[in-house]
Amino acid sequence: MATETIIWLIPLPPLLAFFLIVLFTNRSKWLSHTVAIGAALLSWLGSMIVFFRALAVEHFGEHIFASSIPWLATGETQFRIGVQIDPLSAATLFFVAWTVLMIFLYSVGYHNFGQPKGDHDRPGLQPHGATVSDAHGHTHTVPSIEPMYSRFFAFIGLFAFGMYTLVVSDNLLTLFVGWEIMGLCSYLLIGFWYAKPTARAAMIKAFITTRVGDMFMLLGLAYLYSQTGTLNYREIFYNQEVLNHLAETPSVIVGLSTAGLIGILLFFGTIGKSAQWPLHVWLPDAMEGPTPVSAMIHAATMVSAGVYFAIRIFPLVSAGSEHGMTSVMSVMAFIGAFTALFAATIALAQNDIKRVLAYSTISQLGYMIAALGIGAYVAAAFHLITHAFFKALLFLGSGSVIHGMEHGVLHTGSHIDPQDMFNMGGLRKKMPVTFWTFLIGGFALSGFPLVTAGFWSKDEILADAWGHGHFLVFATLALAALLTAFYTMRQITLTFFGEPRTEAAHHAQETPWTMTLPLAILAVFSVAAGWVGVPEHFPGLGGLLPNWFHGFVGGTLLEHPEAVAFNAVPLLTSLVVALGGLYLGWLVYRGTTAGAQDPIQKAVPGLHRVLKNKYYFDELYDRIFVQPAYWLAESFTSAWMDRGVIDGFLHWVAMVSGIIGNALRNYIDKPVINGIIGDGTANVVRKFGFTLRGIQTGRIQQYMIGALVTLIFFSALFYYLIFIP
Amino acid sequence: MIPLSWYLMLAAGLFSVGLFGVLARKNAVAILMGVELMLNAVNVNLVAFWRYRTPEVIAGQAFAIIVFAVAAAEVAVGLALIISIYRRRNTVVADEIDMLKL
Repeated sequence: MATETIIWLIPLPPLLAFFLIVLFTNRSKWLSHTVAIGAALLSWLGSMIVFFRALAVEHFGEHIFASSIPWLATGETQFRIGVQIDPLSAATLFFVAWTVLMIFLYSVGYHNFGQPKGDHDRPGLQPHGATVSDAHGHTHTVPSIEPMYSRFFAFIGLFAFGMYTLVVSDNLLTLFVGWEIMGLCSYLLIGFWYAKPTARAAMIKAFITTRVGDMFMLLGLAYLYSQTGTLNYREIFYNQEVLNHLAETPSVIVGLSTAGLIGILLFFGTIGKSAQWPLHVWLPDAMEGPTPVSAMIHAATMVSAGVYFAIRIFPLVSAGSEHGMTSVMSVMAFIGAFTALFAATIALAQNDIKRVLAYSTISQLGYMIAALGIGAYVAAAFHLITHAFFKALLFLGSGSVIHGMEHGVLHTGSHIDPQDMFNMGGLRKKMPVTFWTFLIGGFALSGFPLVTAGFWSKDEILADAWGHGHFLVFATLALAALLTAFYTMRQITLTFFGEPRTEAAHHAQETPWTMTLPLAILAVFSVAAGWVGVPEHFPGLGGLLPNWFHGFVGGTLLEHPEAVAFNAVPLLTSLVVALGGLYLGWLVYRGTTAGAQDPIQKAVPGLHRVLKNKYYFDELYDRIFVQPAYWLAESFTSAWMDRGVIDGFLHWVAMVSGIIGNALRNYIDKPVINGIIGDGTANVVRKFGFTLRGIQTGRIQQYMIGALVTLIFFSALFYYLIFIP
Repeated sequence: MIPLSWYLMLAAGLFSVGLFGVLARKNAVAILMGVELMLNAVNVNLVAFWRYRTPEVIAGQAFAIIVFAVAAAEVAVGLALIISIYRRRNTVVADEIDMLKL
């Protein structure tokens, strides 16, 4: 099959699966997950074919796969939509296909396929466990199957469709369509257990927060279209003329070029989608969803889409950057670096295993944005891909841990939070596969030197920051990396090392193969994905493998970016922060016993409280945005506008109609219509009837005399008329 | 030969007797008899006109025969009705047969 045809087909199977499950197979759980996984497998297959065909093309950046159709006539021109795979989207497609497939497979185990139905499970709530009795007559409580199993697979199918659409699209409009489909699915999936009030609140929060960013993004798209008349990637980002034109035209805002203003507006979309400060608040709450969803949203797809988009628009953002950083790049560097550090500090004080990962995701996304801000295009893309693998692994691993803990909780019948890390401990013996894979993911996240993927991508960002002289960004990111290593080790130590701190942790159990197999596969990528981007001048290892990634993805840009020269300072820094952070984390948390306070809390209780409450951002936003919005709604919209103006007008209209209606009734309807036409006709007919009644005697002879008289009369008349004159 | 007008006068007289019978008698049987008289007056007319005006065609006689047939049929139906009414109401007086009146 032609490569372009395959690209067109890649997003379709998950969409088809969505409709199949919703319309036909939702009664059968087995059929539903088979359909969904089959669709994911087809998309994966298509993606792999396209990816490896792309690898075979020399100078792929100049000879990309593209195909488009005219979609909308806009005056004399045509708006074309289509598909395109260039080096950046090929690399993205690779990791999206793998993570999506792994997550689909993992969901089967996570939602307890094959387990009995729960005793009191209801749709909209987490499964609560089922009671079974074994051969000896003992009763046990075991995990029960998710009541809305099919619905889950339908939703993630649609979600995968959105992501594939976004990756293969060749213009910003279809990218936006995929983007919004994912927004919808994230809303549906975060609120998957919709009977939980917290899940409902989280779904609304996520949707509305990202909507803020999306609105600016749409404005940016409209502005870009009005300036260039196209939204195609190639025609804008691979076209020096258009870029120069945009960079040189001043925009409506003084001091900002058109490219700058559009860049900032578009970047707002990334801020919302990738949960950057100040729109980061939705992502931690999104942990209300089932864990595969968290992995889907926070690793494989949605947040990656935000960064993918930012990388995509990088040529626009950096247009005119020959004289240093553009203003948008400065904004990106600031927001990214700030978010990286800011989220990492919050992660230090979270006890929920998934929330730590949520904040670490925000922090890592900040890394990528900061890398883009300082112009490290390839490094950002590299970190995006490695991060997708190890973060998906970590989320799925944490889901596995929670699943194991839930088993323990059900088994012992205790009432503890299975997600709180202080309730865990010692799980490495209970869940060996989860432990080892989680360890690999955690080390990749921390940037454990040489073997993990995270090290290479993070090191490249730091090297770029150092090499281009952005020392402030470098210092911030290095500090964030130290904190990352620290909280990752804190998580690993609390979860897996030491002795079990609760009865439930003691009875935790390894999860089924559908969950551990994805973990193992992702673990392989968490290590191996880094090897494709080893810097050429790296001591010892450099040159053993060519820095393939740099050459490949760099080809997406018009001017291929130069690889930064090797410098020992960033390398040493990343070694020190990674190992130091890991060691510190282990040191501080290794001896945690049951019921013990968090050592940070003991040392600096005030700071811990601030961090635990996420710098009070939720409260702040509540005060700044939510309360005024309520106030406005109540006093202005409801009391004044709705009840005063609109209702007043409506009442006035009703009153006037009433007057007109009364007049019509009293002066037209009653006298004319009723009196003359209605009753009048009836009265006349009645009177005639009374009058003529006397004739009808019923005596036949009278009738006959009548007939005879009439006959004689008319005969006489005719005689008179005809013969007399 | 007897002139045509004599026959016509006979027919007119017969018709008037029949008409009087229909209008004056209350007995339904008598009314029916009056009707028969009127029909036969017409027959006399038909035959007389035929004989004096167009003896070469047979239409007049044929008409008379058809009137006989119609009269016979009418009497059969009329008498049957009267008998039926008599059985139910025990009367043949036309004024009392007033079931259609309110």
